[in-house]
Amino acid sequence: MSPGWGRRLGAFVFLGPGVAYLAVLLLAPLALILSYTVFRRGRFGGIVYEFTTENFSRLLDPLYLNVVLVSIKLATLTTVFALLLGYPTAYLIARLPRTWKTIALVAIVLPFWTNFIIRVYAWTILLSGPGLINSALGTQFELLYNQGAMVTGLLYSYLPLMVLPLYAAIEKLDPQLREASANLGASAFTTFRRVTLPLTLPGVATGCVFVFVPSFGNFVIPEILGGGRSATVGTLIRTEFLQSRDWPFGSALSLAVILVLVVLLVIQSWVSRRG
Amino acid sequence: MSRIRYTRRFPAVVAAAGLALAVAACGGESSTDSANPAPSAAAQLNAKADLSKQSLTVTVWPGYTPKELPEKAKAKLGVADVKIVEHDTNETAMTKLTGQGGAQIDVAFVSGQYAQALAAAGLLEPIHPELIPNLSNLYPEATQLSYDKGNKISVPYTWGTTGICYRSDLVKAEPTSWKDILTPPAWAEKKVTMMTTERWLALPALKSLGYSVNTDKDEEIAKAKELLVAAKPHLLGYDDVTFGEKLRTGEAIMVEAWDGWCPTTDEKKNIKFAVPKEGSDLWVDTMVIMKSSKNKEAAHALINYILDPEIHRWAAENINYKVPNKAAMDKVQVAEGSLLGTSPAELLQGESIIDLGEAATKYTRLSTEVKAQ
Amino acid sequence: MGKPRFLYVPFWLTYVFLYAPILVLVVMSFNAGRSPYVYEGFSLKWYGVLAEDDKIMQGLVNTLIVAAASTVLATVLGTLLAVGLARHTRSKLLDALGLMPAILPDLVLAIGLLVFYDVVKFSLGLHSVILSHALFGMAFVAAVVRTRLTHADSSLEEASRDLGAGPVTTFVRVTLPQLAPGIVAGALLAFTLSIDEFVIAFFTAAPTEPTLPIVIYSMVRFGVTPEINALASILLLVSFTVVIVAQRMTKIGEIRAQD
Repeated sequence: MSPGWGRRLGAFVFLGPGVAYLAVLLLAPLALILSYTVFRRGRFGGIVYEFTTENFSRLLDPLYLNVVLVSIKLATLTTVFALLLGYPTAYLIARLPRTWKTIALVAIVLPFWTNFIIRVYAWTILLSGPGLINSALGTQFELLYNQGAMVTGLLYSYLPLMVLPLYAAIEKLDPQLREASANLGASAFTTFRRVTLPLTLPGVATGCVFVFVPSFGNFVIPEILGGGRSATVGTLIRTEFLQSRDWPFGSALSLAVILVLVVLLVIQSWVSRRG
Repeated sequence: MSRIRYTRRFPAVVAAAGLALAVAACGGESSTDSANPAPSAAAQLNAKADLSKQSLTVTVWPGYTPKELPEKAKAKLGVADVKIVEHDTNETAMTKLTGQGGAQIDVAFVSGQYAQALAAAGLLEPIHPELIPNLSNLYPEATQLSYDKGNKISVPYTWGTTGICYRSDLVKAEPTSWKDILTPPAWAEKKVTMMTTERWLALPALKSLGYSVNTDKDEEIAKAKELLVAAKPHLLGYDDVTFGEKLRTGEAIMVEAWDGWCPTTDEKKNIKFAVPKEGSDLWVDTMVIMKSSKNKEAAHALINYILDPEIHRWAAENINYKVPNKAAMDKVQVAEGSLLGTSPAELLQGESIIDLGEAATKYTRLSTEVKAQ
Repeated sequence: MGKPRFLYVPFWLTYVFLYAPILVLVVMSFNAGRSPYVYEGFSLKWYGVLAEDDKIMQGLVNTLIVAAASTVLATVLGTLLAVGLARHTRSKLLDALGLMPAILPDLVLAIGLLVFYDVVKFSLGLHSVILSHALFGMAFVAAVVRTRLTHADSSLEEASRDLGAGPVTTFVRVTLPQLAPGIVAGALLAFTLSIDEFVIAFFTAAPTEPTLPIVIYSMVRFGVTPEINALASILLLVSFTVVIVAQRMTKIGEIRAQD
């Protein structure tokens, strides 16, 4: 068996099933959706197979640009907070004794084995005007139905998506590396900056993408915790597909989102490979 | 006509479906009855079809029909099975019904303008009145609804209007006008919600300006937008799911609401409902039969059964919705605080929301513009 | 060393943040009133209501079937894909493709799958939800496993091969154990995401076989009752118990092994 042949067999065995799965269930459906971008909406919804570029020119409307900017702001804030909370948490979990490590890890995802919408409504009980936090503090803060509430909800929903990849990246760090760094006289911070962080950067990149992207596309939280007061990319896509049944324009919006996300992915992949 | 293809399926699928329909049109399951006279435009249904060979799947909002309906209908009609599945909104039901999931559904409950759109997409079986003798129980007004005059493709199940639902113990003055929520008084600042679904979002503004809820004129929609944008900073939020809860907790004291969803019969009796003087809409939730159904005779039989006063009154007595069934409403005891007393004549002063076709996207844009402010 | 004290602040903050709403949710399950938002006194009645709710129970069974099956499928496909991407190609395009299902807005993926199943006339049912969930599950598993592979020591694999082990032996006895924590984390993620996924499930399930989130979403429309909170509380209790029992069993196993 020549080594070249063996390598190709290996590539086939490892890559084949996944790529085939992606081709059928991801690329084919996406291609269908994207083909709608050049057609028109029927009078009562559906597709009229008549070529048009109108859906793309509509995308350039400043109205939608504004919506995208709001979504980027919300998703970025959520990602930053998730990283600030998630990194130390993942770091400490990875250093726990084995028994506690598993418990701590499972405790991160356990709340998510209940139901999303119920958890979101639980937040409205905490945050609302006559809610628990205001009652406890004796205050009248407007905590709900604003962007702060939306970021809180998004952070709550996607924090595990930050912690788990970070945990996987930190857990495999060789403690001897840090010891060596410390023995060479580096401070804890220098060790973190020069050794730990660079080695866990792929985990950071993965976690950030995992949190940023669904925060960008979520449409339930803007409606419940945001009080329906903000238009986001998620609510916009939902409205176009479901409410106005404008599939061609909904598809064009999706295409724009996909392009933004592909750029993110390329950055993520670049960081992973560099690390 | 055929240039426009409403379905999202590929042409081949459409052709296949067309073929299946052609076969069904020749008598369907009961095609043994070849003595049937010349076919009319609509597919012929056999009034004497053996219902025990047909089973039904019905999609409906949760809790909208009696829990024991499947059991009772099975026993009474002799159909093989009745299965209830649920959808949360018209929008999601539409996506399912126009896709492959629609093939598994026989009877669907959707609002009037959605029935109109489904019919326009060629997805509905025309109603065969001869199979539904109980249609005569309906109020005469209920056969003249603008989205479907003469009940050709749909049968109304419940109807009502949109207005202001409020806490009578917390407001300083009873609301009488849409302006009360569009420009809330100081005591209601940030304690008012409006609906989020675009046509109902626009309704208070359009009505307070004296326009039709079905307007497609750009300048009228633009004026409505100004009012809505001006109202936004004073609102608590937009909500058409949990406004009742917000009233109960006191988070909100006035909300735009559908009458059936306004909890006026709540034990504490301090929640009331008012239709603003500028007028409002008339919404109707209907029953439709899917063209792809292979159990159309049973589907008609089920609708006929639901129109039986003894069954239909359930919706009025248990979920507090008015039903367009005179025979049923005559038997209903109207409880204190309930809104069931509204007469059909009063209801018909409301304007039915119809599907606007191409102009529908103007309302999507309006809603996005308001929310993006 | 290596555990600066100040790190404990965000660590505990994370858990308080995650469990504060859960506490509210559990307390409300014992609410005597019919609203999950206004506490009106203690009662166990919603647990009784829940026990008799066939729709919820059927939804729960469907959800568990979907989550379990899609997790198995996603874990196998995702692990292979991760190894393949790290060891057998340098293509950034394939990299991006592998992550794509995890990052597409769920509605886009859902509608794409709905249209696709429609076009190829693939019947809808639990199997179509399983396949759809495995799609994004695979992407998450692959991504998490990848983070371990990037630095994983391929010299161990080379050594194994030099010592005469076949590629299969090397993969099973050297590569897999190195990847195990990543695989577990990925599978946990895939399971967690599937169990609570609504949008894709809604569009790819048969209307007659809804999963639990679909049942709950449609109930919300007509007013949530504390029944849902009761369900969530029971799910939490069961999960906690399973984890603790599993933990005990491993411990006992370890002690025996040491004897």
